[in-house]
Amino acid sequence: MAGHAHHDAHGHGADHGHGGHGDAPSHGSRREYVIGFLLSVVLTAIPFALVMTNAFADTRITAAIVTLCAVVQIVVHMIYFLHMNTKSENGWTLMALIFTVILVVIVLAGSLWVMYHMNVNMMPQMSGDMSAM
Amino acid sequence: MSETLTKLIFGRLTIESFPIHEPIIVMTFIAVAIGGAAVLAALTYFKLWGYLWKEWFTTVDHKRIGIMYMILGIVMLLRGFADAVMMRGQQAMAFGQNEGFLNAHHYDQVFTAHGVIMIFFVAMPLVTGLMNYIVPLQIGARDVSFPFLNNFSFWMTASGVVIVMASLFVGEFARTGWLAFAPLSGLDYSPDVGVDYYIWALQLAGVGTLLSGVNLIATIVKMRAPGMGLMKMPIFTWSALVTNILIVAAFPVLTAVLAMLSLDRYVGTNFFTNTLGGNPMMYVNMIWIWGHPEVYILILPAFGVFSEIVSTFSGKRLFGYTSMVYALLVITILSYLVWLHHFFTMGSGASVNSFFGITTMIISIPTGAKIFNWLFTMYRGRIRYELPMLWAIAFMLTFTIGGMTGVLLAVPPADFVLHNSLFLVAHFHNVIIGGVVFGMFAGINYWFPKAFGFKLDKKWGLVSFWCWFVGFWVAFTPLYVLGLMGITRRLRHFDDPSLQIWFIIAAVGAAIIAVGIAAFLVQIAVSIMNRDKLRDFTGDPWGGRSLEWATSSPPPDYNFAFTPVVHDMDAWYDMKEHKYARPTEGFTAIHMPSNTWAGIVLAGISTVFGLAMVWYIWWLAALSFVAVIGVAIYHTFNYNRDFHIPVEEVIETERQRTADLQAAGV
Repeated sequence: MAGHAHHDAHGHGADHGHGGHGDAPSHGSRREYVIGFLLSVVLTAIPFALVMTNAFADTRITAAIVTLCAVVQIVVHMIYFLHMNTKSENGWTLMALIFTVILVVIVLAGSLWVMYHMNVNMMPQMSGDMSAM
Repeated sequence: MSETLTKLIFGRLTIESFPIHEPIIVMTFIAVAIGGAAVLAALTYFKLWGYLWKEWFTTVDHKRIGIMYMILGIVMLLRGFADAVMMRGQQAMAFGQNEGFLNAHHYDQVFTAHGVIMIFFVAMPLVTGLMNYIVPLQIGARDVSFPFLNNFSFWMTASGVVIVMASLFVGEFARTGWLAFAPLSGLDYSPDVGVDYYIWALQLAGVGTLLSGVNLIATIVKMRAPGMGLMKMPIFTWSALVTNILIVAAFPVLTAVLAMLSLDRYVGTNFFTNTLGGNPMMYVNMIWIWGHPEVYILILPAFGVFSEIVSTFSGKRLFGYTSMVYALLVITILSYLVWLHHFFTMGSGASVNSFFGITTMIISIPTGAKIFNWLFTMYRGRIRYELPMLWAIAFMLTFTIGGMTGVLLAVPPADFVLHNSLFLVAHFHNVIIGGVVFGMFAGINYWFPKAFGFKLDKKWGLVSFWCWFVGFWVAFTPLYVLGLMGITRRLRHFDDPSLQIWFIIAAVGAAIIAVGIAAFLVQIAVSIMNRDKLRDFTGDPWGGRSLEWATSSPPPDYNFAFTPVVHDMDAWYDMKEHKYARPTEGFTAIHMPSNTWAGIVLAGISTVFGLAMVWYIWWLAALSFVAVIGVAIYHTFNYNRDFHIPVEEVIETERQRTADLQAAGV
């Protein structure tokens, strides 16, 4: 009964004879989880080490590497923990991913562009204040 | 009791927090208290508590949750409209020596509350309610993908409503405008509870909105009837799909920006302050990244409603279905590329402003294409001027003009003249009333017979329709004029007496709209009284085209005894064309989700948490936070989540339906 109840908390897929359990997504193997975990640990350790040891004199280089590690880690999570690939859920996850990436790029690039111009166009004494901070 | 102890127990809630010095609020409170007591007494007297709890509050049926959303939205419409009437009254009176009846402190709360309530607690519940009710029926499903989550989402929205309403009588609401721009909403300039009420009302309601978005996407993607490919989906379901995609993509931005604002206010961070490296412009930038998609979240379902109605009442397949779908998808992406047009004047300079001006003009192209599609659907159609169709035609006339004033505002130099003027106020009311509100009234008149089994009274519906339509233009045309004269928004008092006539005309318009709202309530009351005369036994009173008209009105709990098989778009029209024979035997027991107390209880505790955070009652906040987590975990051990509707009951329900259809001569 318990297992049955668990299944139907998701609705009525079985009654419809589609969207059911034939195409259930893979939940991954232990090996995948271990690889994902190790990669995540390494990708977290690198930024910490760089910041704590002051490896680069120029903080911009550190910031760039930290950002890069973060982006790679997102991909690691998607592949090894969320088990995303181009075929899962009939391609819906890939579509959702592309949509998300488009929006994130629009929002981030747009905000950087907008805020940069806002700062540049500040009145002189104010932009002086900003750079002093 | 010592002061420290009182503070520990009650936070910053003191006896002075109750606004007993404001006569308007005291009168309102007395009226609400008497009315509320009467309702509670009536519920107790007629022993309705058990019925409400069992059949409504704990329900996981998408139809009942949809109806509760609609009722919530209509009740809050009355509250938001009361604020509007106060503003119109104040501005019509307060000239020269006359200070009007609202002081500045109160007036600022009124315009903030009006905006917040109308967007978050009127338009959003109405839109979500309509999608909740109609989408599963249109795709031939028995419920949404996650029925319990649906119940929880509704109660979280209600929780936000409770917090906003509490601010009326305990403490005060924000005085910042509906988006609470920093740094005004920061602790330095708004040290009282108003902005905290705002934050927690929106955060709690936002949980509901986001989860209901996830739920409806999953429902539309996974639970369509066999044969219903994406390009055979009814257009309202398409609009619901893209709307919910927008919700899921946009609302986390609102949550994040409000979370940062609360960190500024509660723990002293400096995201949006003027000092210590904070940047208030970032707040404006981020909240509009949510805010612009939000206006499409509101309008796209209304577009879906009009598409269904125009097609049904013209007796034709929707003109340009494919182009409608692509227009929806293009709008989805473009709605993320225009947010800066809300702050052209903040000073990004020519290159940035031109880019966003042009994208804003581009987004009017798919919208304009939709208008032409509706017109071509009507062209050579056999148009029936029923109430929903009248609302649709009024929408096309009104919304087109609102859209054109929007394109005018999209020109940055013009916006520098009109920014923050009453022209802007007139523009967005023109598209929100002319688009969303007309759309919701069209939808209510169209689908009411589906939900309750009888049509709405036409006479009072016509009164309501004409009062809204005429009242809107009388109320907002003067604001266009005033805006072009350079009058800014949110003013409480004016010196130039030559302007007064315009505000008096606008107030008359608001009075006409008030008659429209009253007529709508009368329409519902009269229809309930005459329900036997207005009864529809066929389940298809308008000659509908999509699957929701294939089942009885109101639909049985399980919606469809057998899942329909779809061969063409306009599935129900196709079935009627092919002389579809409704199966009368071979029924089986139907597996359904069980009602649950968890949604209302979790939302109730969340409300307590929100109020405790507003008033700095830390012990209660901690306690209720732990309680929410605890109850949520406890609920996961509830394995009693489903049951079967016995086959006898299904047979009896369907036998009744057969008898009804025979009596109706179908």
